[in-house]
Amino acid sequence: MTRYLLVRALSLSLSLIVASVVIFAVIEVIPGDPAAFMLGLNATDESIANLRAELGLGGSLTERYANWITGMLRGDFGTSYTYRVPVADLILDRIWVSLPLAIFALILSTLIAIPVGVIAAATRGGAGDFSIMGATQLGIAVPNFWFAMLLVLLFAVTLQWFSAGGFPGWDNPAAALKALTLPAIALALPQASILARVMRSALIETLDQDYIRTARAKGLSRSQAIRRHALKNALIPVLTIIGLQFSFLLAGAIIIENVFFLPGLGRLIFQGITQRDLVVVESVTMLLVFAVIVVTFLVDIAYAIVDPRLRRR
Amino acid sequence: MNRLPFTLVVGAIITAFFVGTALLSLVWTPHDITELEISQRLQPASATYWLGTDQFGRDMVSMLMEGSRTSIAVALIAVGLGIVVGVPLGLAAAAARGSLLDEVIMRGNDLIFAFPSLVIAILITAVYGPSATNAIVAIGIFNIPVFARVARGGALPIWTLDYILAARTAGKSRARISAEHVLPNIANLLIVQATIQFSLGILAEAALSYVNLGAQPPTSSIGKMLAESQTMIYSNPSLAVLPGLAIVIMVLGLNLMGDGLRDALDPRLRRARG
Amino acid sequence: MIEIEHLTLGIRGTPILDDVSLRIEQGEIFGLVGESGSGKSMTALSVMGLLPRGTTINGAARLDDVDLLTLREHDLRQIRGNDIGMIFQEPMTALNPVQTIGDQVAETLLIHDAADRAEARRIARDRLDRVGLSHIELDRYPHELSGGQRQRVCIAAAIALHPRLLIADEPTTALDVTTQAQILDLLKGIVAEENMALLLITHDLAVVSDMADRIAVMQNGMIVEQGETAQVLRDQVHPYTSALFAASAHQPDRTEPAQSDAILSLRDVHRHYPGPRQGFIRGDPVRAVDGVSFDLQRGESLGLVGESGCGKSTLTRAILGLDPVTSGQIILNGAEISPAMPRARRAQMQVVFQDPYGSFNPRWRVDRIIAEPYFLLDAPPHGIDRDDAISAALEAVRLSPGDALKYPHEFSGGQRQRIAIARALITRPDLLVLDEAVSALDVSVRAQILDLLADLQTEFGLSYLFISHDLTVVRAITDRVLVMQAGRIVEQGETQAMFTAPQHPYTQSLLAAAPRLPDDIGERHDALV
Repeated sequence: MTRYLLVRALSLSLSLIVASVVIFAVIEVIPGDPAAFMLGLNATDESIANLRAELGLGGSLTERYANWITGMLRGDFGTSYTYRVPVADLILDRIWVSLPLAIFALILSTLIAIPVGVIAAATRGGAGDFSIMGATQLGIAVPNFWFAMLLVLLFAVTLQWFSAGGFPGWDNPAAALKALTLPAIALALPQASILARVMRSALIETLDQDYIRTARAKGLSRSQAIRRHALKNALIPVLTIIGLQFSFLLAGAIIIENVFFLPGLGRLIFQGITQRDLVVVESVTMLLVFAVIVVTFLVDIAYAIVDPRLRRR
Repeated sequence: MNRLPFTLVVGAIITAFFVGTALLSLVWTPHDITELEISQRLQPASATYWLGTDQFGRDMVSMLMEGSRTSIAVALIAVGLGIVVGVPLGLAAAAARGSLLDEVIMRGNDLIFAFPSLVIAILITAVYGPSATNAIVAIGIFNIPVFARVARGGALPIWTLDYILAARTAGKSRARISAEHVLPNIANLLIVQATIQFSLGILAEAALSYVNLGAQPPTSSIGKMLAESQTMIYSNPSLAVLPGLAIVIMVLGLNLMGDGLRDALDPRLRRARG
Repeated sequence: MIEIEHLTLGIRGTPILDDVSLRIEQGEIFGLVGESGSGKSMTALSVMGLLPRGTTINGAARLDDVDLLTLREHDLRQIRGNDIGMIFQEPMTALNPVQTIGDQVAETLLIHDAADRAEARRIARDRLDRVGLSHIELDRYPHELSGGQRQRVCIAAAIALHPRLLIADEPTTALDVTTQAQILDLLKGIVAEENMALLLITHDLAVVSDMADRIAVMQNGMIVEQGETAQVLRDQVHPYTSALFAASAHQPDRTEPAQSDAILSLRDVHRHYPGPRQGFIRGDPVRAVDGVSFDLQRGESLGLVGESGCGKSTLTRAILGLDPVTSGQIILNGAEISPAMPRARRAQMQVVFQDPYGSFNPRWRVDRIIAEPYFLLDAPPHGIDRDDAISAALEAVRLSPGDALKYPHEFSGGQRQRIAIARALITRPDLLVLDEAVSALDVSVRAQILDLLADLQTEFGLSYLFISHDLTVVRAITDRVLVMQAGRIVEQGETQAMFTAPQHPYTQSLLAAAPRLPDDIGERHDALV
């Protein structure tokens, strides 16, 4: 297991390094002079020179890249040109909205999808399966941000159970969770539809395996065979999808923040784009990629726990 | 000929309707949406404006026709990009299974999976500004590893079959075998995946233009319509509901078609039916 | 003890079983023999109550006085694993890959509330000891075990509660002959020890002739003959039994090879693979082929026998010029074989593979399939010449020229092997490599293909390299045999001599393990044909 995880960790670190090079290249190399780019057409030579000094654009590309990476490792993400504050502080303020939202949605999606998928597989071809498949077909087709708007329309405008947007902060955890509930549902349901379908087909596939027949010959009932044998095997492909979904949820969270006016990373990054604040864009995208890669690694660990064929390596 | 699956028929009709109206919008729409007629703003549905008008007095039907044209065009080109680049990579990886080439291609795929379309779109937009091309590139890049994986995954079991060995004893190169033997036998998988990526592309395009990372005026797009309707949601919910419904129906149609195609093309099912 | 009466069964309107009746007594081994699709497995599954959905069933299957067919699922569950145990064909997939073998054996006890957890583990240990796995710990996972060991685990789980009837559905078909012999021995011992009944389902007449007290022969869902084993084998009342019997012992008429010059020569061929990783260091290289030398004479039919993992597949790929050799030489018609050899040299040698379903691109028409090796020729025939050549090849394998326009799925397994042979013949090669070419076929079809191969050899002056794990087939079709073990040729010699007086201990053990029909009956039958 150690060797397997070590190899995966190495491979993912490599991904992380390549990803950082790509981001660095797009932001700092392609525009030519980032300082001139950020200030736009009306900038004076002097202000450009000032910004160049401020951004540390003096050195060679490799030096700048090394500075950027070592800075991030120390927790120094540079200083935002527009806000005039360290980007790390900006991110820290906002990540406690985006990350909890993505995780909330992931948990919700998994908790809904797995039982629903199991029920559909267990009643394969029956009425339950048919209606679940129909509902998930619809769920997949719904854009999450539009679904979010409909939720606002129903629960905030018409029923007035939730506020239409805003975030009270984590000082009041109950209120904070309540503010994240509608956004999390909007994110989770479309993903849950996909996951439930994956769960269903994975389970149906394992139910056709020879070892299920062996278990039935030992005297297990159909549902015992599902619980004791099929479920754990079917979970292996489901884990992959859960891992992939995290990156969709994180990206989705950034978009959904717009619907609910949540002060998360999304707001930060879109302001960064409009104000050409490349320092902010660079750091936040790197952070997003980092989060996705970390989750990929967590999924690898989960694999090793579920599948003994990986564990003994 | 066997009866076509019901889902395929329904899905194909819906898809044909949207593709048809999108093509029609190239030459004709009920109204010209580049002209803003404030006097006609927020009209209810009528004989003149079948689905009413928006806050700038533009005809909703015409907006939707042009908007779905953008969605379809972006998603279709992005799928094409994914296929043209991803499938050869996947075939090459499968043909050289376990080699350095395979390793490099698959690790490269993993790397792209760490960049959600949104992140790519953010990066491009930050430097070049928003445009429909951004959306195409962002979605298309993400499609590459998807098709590479499907192609590789479909090709690997085929490479273990005896007809591949027979072709090798007939002196054929791996590239030729990939083209003659492997590709035709994974075509079904690729077609089904293409419909899935097409529908995901439509959703992604809508999301990107909703947060202003996609098509820019005067190009109409459904995501943009939704973004503009957001401030009107209390007074005129239909402005938000209609474009969303258009997406849902379009994506639903594509997904149904994909499911139907899978049933119709699956050789296991076909054999069972004789 | 168990009695099946007038069992008739259909799945969605397709008749599967027709009036099947048989009875098995306590302590008896009952052999149920038939070719694929004859309904053997369905008979067993109906006793277990594990039939697929959409099955309609008539008749009775009585365990003592209880008709199993009338029982509800809840009551059937008390019987499965408790009164009746069952094991299946594929030990590689019959166990849950993510659960330990100890848990899987103990599960039989736990599910029937026959023991608490600790007691169940103790019994599981005991049962695994009994099936010869005393050296394997309970917390091992299936993937850490060999196929034979996995089948032993399945047996341990099936007999954990001392069932009165054990059903074994092709329990050794996926295993090598020596492993097969061990598993059959084990089953025999357990039956005697526990005074249990065994329903042994197999396609291999030789397996049951060694084992069973009584046998029944099935064809197209009907039992065509049953009785005491010796009697059924002697009398062969039903034509199908005698056909099955004749096919099992079939010996095609062959002409002796005349010439004596080597068409294929191997000189000290090695093929090594990088060793498995141990930590971050690689272990010693695996010597898949470890110094093989032999000559194949023109017009000769040479057998290459060995169990799975002995290196014969690796050697075959090297001979076909698909993989490079690590060292040594392979010479065909005086020129060296390698992956980079010119196409014209490849055209001198063609191959027929085992799997009649995987041998053809399902999207290609038969004419295109057969003509594929033309890629090897600088000036392949075109137009009418090409069509004529394809027709001729089809006729050579006793198919009709019209078959050229069909697709592979329109043919049966035996016909497909004929198409594969036609493809191999199209470039008029000197050497045909037959890689388990008849192993996947039912015995009656196999006999026809062996006859065809014998005829073609004379007709086209072919030399055969016949690679197989199946000793009876090799005995039927070859002049000389090579026995391969762990990458080396351990014995070679004239086929008849080798089979009557094997020298090497490994050859002796292989021959001893191979199930055989009683000799006197086989010979008597040969005389009749």
